[in-house]
Amino acid sequence: MTETLVAVESVSMRLGGHLALDHVDLTVDRGEIVSLIGPNGAGKSTLVKLVLGILEPTEGRIHRAPGLTFSYMPQRLAIDPTLPLAVGRFLDLPVRHQRAAKAAALALVGASGLERRAMQALSGGEFQRVLLARALLRDPALLVLDEPAQGVDHLGQAEFFNLIDRIRRERGCGVLIVSHDLHLVMAATDRVVCLNRHVCCSGTPETMGDDPAYRALFGPKAADAVAIYRHRHDHAHGLSGDIDQAHAEHGHEHGHHHPERERA
Amino acid sequence: MLPEFLLRGWLAGMAVAAVAGPLGCFVVWRRMAYFGDTLAHSALLGVTLGILLEIDLVLAVAVTSVVIALLVVLMQQQQKLASDTLLGILAHSGIAIGLVLLGLLGSIRVDLLGYLFGDILAVRWQDVIMTVVGGIVVLAVLWHHWSMLIFATLHEEMARAEGAPVMRLQVVLMLMIALVIAAAMNLVGILLITSMLIIPPAAARQLTTTPETMAGMAALIGGLAVTIGLAFSWHVDTPAGASIVVSALALFLGCQAIGPLVARRQRC
Repeated sequence: MTETLVAVESVSMRLGGHLALDHVDLTVDRGEIVSLIGPNGAGKSTLVKLVLGILEPTEGRIHRAPGLTFSYMPQRLAIDPTLPLAVGRFLDLPVRHQRAAKAAALALVGASGLERRAMQALSGGEFQRVLLARALLRDPALLVLDEPAQGVDHLGQAEFFNLIDRIRRERGCGVLIVSHDLHLVMAATDRVVCLNRHVCCSGTPETMGDDPAYRALFGPKAADAVAIYRHRHDHAHGLSGDIDQAHAEHGHEHGHHHPERERA
Repeated sequence: MLPEFLLRGWLAGMAVAAVAGPLGCFVVWRRMAYFGDTLAHSALLGVTLGILLEIDLVLAVAVTSVVIALLVVLMQQQQKLASDTLLGILAHSGIAIGLVLLGLLGSIRVDLLGYLFGDILAVRWQDVIMTVVGGIVVLAVLWHHWSMLIFATLHEEMARAEGAPVMRLQVVLMLMIALVIAAAMNLVGILLITSMLIIPPAAARQLTTTPETMAGMAALIGGLAVTIGLAFSWHVDTPAGASIVVSALALFLGCQAIGPLVARRQRC
């Protein structure tokens, strides 16, 4: 039986006189990865804030499972250079954890041994993993990631989403990922919800690229990118289970002659 | 023998430094320097109101600063004016209204320079006791909220999403700054108070690798600045408040110089 962690029911949100969200429905179940995509200004961040309870909806209701714990990975986290903060101390915010628990969390996200490094000295990919490690230390039932792939190269993004997928399998938590880019979130997503102030379409990643509403919103180019990704993804899986740069380029070139693309 | 007024000034100064160091770290991390200035400037309004209502001036300044701090929080809820514009309006209105009221009082003689630049002779024993007791209370509150405050400093929405009472933390922080300003007014003066919140933490940053050591080091550097400043002022006969600030600056420059050496050893 699936357990619904959060259910957003016909929620509208008015911000500064303009309608940011118009009767939006969204659910995230335990063990499910839901990707929220949409162009800039579509209301993705607003919807996330509503899910997290930072904002109260103008209209509609949001149900949360009783005692739901969530972790939130924000889009950007600018740490003032005057704040001396090592990774180990950052993981202790807001509550302290045992040294072993922190080491385990860092190991899980592939960032072992960074404890003593200053947060400001981390690379984009390391920073993202450390943020994820802190989020996991709370042992959340729902993990909310806002544009988690920013400042990370394509290879890093693919690895990161594989990691999210693994964590979801191991821990059974629900995951809500916000992105502006469908082909990024393809690998692990169970369900895609495309937002443009209202939910304009939703479904599995495989069907989204062909959805007329999706094509209308993002244009045929983005839809083709999905087709390319799908192709590339199949290939990479067949060989190594991982996506590497060589495959990505091969897939891209190959994509020009792909029947699916010509059909599109 | 040292004169008693010097001892009073030193004790009050040490208490202020002990609180202003850790609290000032948040002023630096959260970029609230202008907020501190606004509260300090409007302290002149507090002085005038104190004279008008014939109540204790330190108390009057404390109450006025707290009210202005709450006013800032309230006005920041509206989105029409940027925070610094808002603070600019409040800072200079506070000082101007204070001056106009003082002018209207006419016949009463007020030592304006003393309020603006500090007057160590104005520090009474009761001020020393109030500063020490208030300082202990503020430090206890700061200690209690320490981790949450750092968390909320990093990312307000992340903290809010995970259940931190962000609004309450912000109000508590602002009130504590208001109290420090009231306590430091007589010693360093309205125009120089913010430096006690900013220079010691800025100096401490060069030497430290954790928020906690930075706070402790800032308190130490502040205390050192008060001691050196008062000693200098006593021997060379310079204004006490300004001498403290100049000492703090000298310590800051010293820390800038040795900072890279310390960093090489700590690798952080």
